[in-house]
Amino acid sequence: MRIAIASGKGGTGKTFLAVNLALKAAETQTTLLMDLDVEEPNGGIFIQADAADVHKVTRAIPIWDPGACNLCGKCISWCKFNAIIKLGEMILVMPPLCHSCYACSELCPMQALPMEQQSLGEIRHLKLGKLDFTESKLDIGLEQSSPLIERTLEFADEHFGDKELQLLDSPPGTACAMVSAVKTVDYVILISEPTPFGLFDLNLAVETVRQLGLPFSVVINRDGIGNNDIYKYLEKEKIQLLAKIPHQREIAEMYSRGEIIYQQVPAVDEALNQILSKIRSLS
Amino acid sequence: MRIIFTSTGEGWDAKIDPRFGRTDYILVYDEEKDELVAHDNREIMEVAHGAGPKTAQKIHEFKADVLITGNGPGGNAAGILKTMPLKIFIRAGGMSIREAYEAYKDDALEPGA
Repeated sequence: MRIAIASGKGGTGKTFLAVNLALKAAETQTTLLMDLDVEEPNGGIFIQADAADVHKVTRAIPIWDPGACNLCGKCISWCKFNAIIKLGEMILVMPPLCHSCYACSELCPMQALPMEQQSLGEIRHLKLGKLDFTESKLDIGLEQSSPLIERTLEFADEHFGDKELQLLDSPPGTACAMVSAVKTVDYVILISEPTPFGLFDLNLAVETVRQLGLPFSVVINRDGIGNNDIYKYLEKEKIQLLAKIPHQREIAEMYSRGEIIYQQVPAVDEALNQILSKIRSLS
Repeated sequence: MRIIFTSTGEGWDAKIDPRFGRTDYILVYDEEKDELVAHDNREIMEVAHGAGPKTAQKIHEFKADVLITGNGPGGNAAGILKTMPLKIFIRAGGMSIREAYEAYKDDALEPGA
């Protein structure tokens, strides 16, 4: 069972929920947690484990071979991302725009664009009891997170496919990175907060997940702030409200110290129980 | 000298388009011939990725000596423009093409990277 924890809005508690849920689940079952917020992963702050193995991740980029090229320019018309341009008698490849699709390289009649592996980032793996945790980090200066997210999911299939529960801490938003992460799961938990921003972005996330055809439900974090509009929205849209986590100053304080919350705050433990019983009913 | 302006319209009274990659028009002024030619670049609206490099490629084809624009090219486009013998001036957004040209001749424009 693979489950994504996602949100339209950043800062609504994805990592908070993912880490606490994973640690609680790992008390009884083998669990994998993947932090796929590859631009700034921070789940590792909460996982107190020493041993880490690190896997380098690369991606393929075409390298122009001027000796082989006949300057036909076909590669330029094929590239949907305008990552290749022709300047007079020179072909320029722009790695930040390249999506590593191989079209130019495979279709080039002169084989003048061989693909070469370049560094993309790394996957750090920690182990704590029944919990395996991976944290993927994009190299500084790179713009596209989807390729690293996809490599991480392949890595998880290869090494952790047997884990009973696989949780995925999704990148924020509803753009390519979030879709790359969420599209592979069996179920999505969307987390938001009862504020106008929280509602607006939850609506975007709901539309995205519906378009992907995935079953989902919603957790509301910081219940007690803002207003009731988000609850009215869930009712109107007939979306299951899976759990509410109360707004409490002490939760924020513990979180800011890198502490695990559910062992200390009964309301959070209760919310996790509701979520876990839903998850277990799915499999 | 051949001078290129990123522009929101076709003539001397049009405004400099502050955007580089997604500029509506590319105007090429040939000082020797005293001729201002407008190239419609609005198809760039349909381009989701790499608008800057695509516009930079056009500028290469127009073989200009000077580029006058607004916000300045982004990283990808800037890398391409560096391969050309081209002087770039920025922060002309909002000026008319005529005003920008006068400012260029008066040496009052800010050089760009």
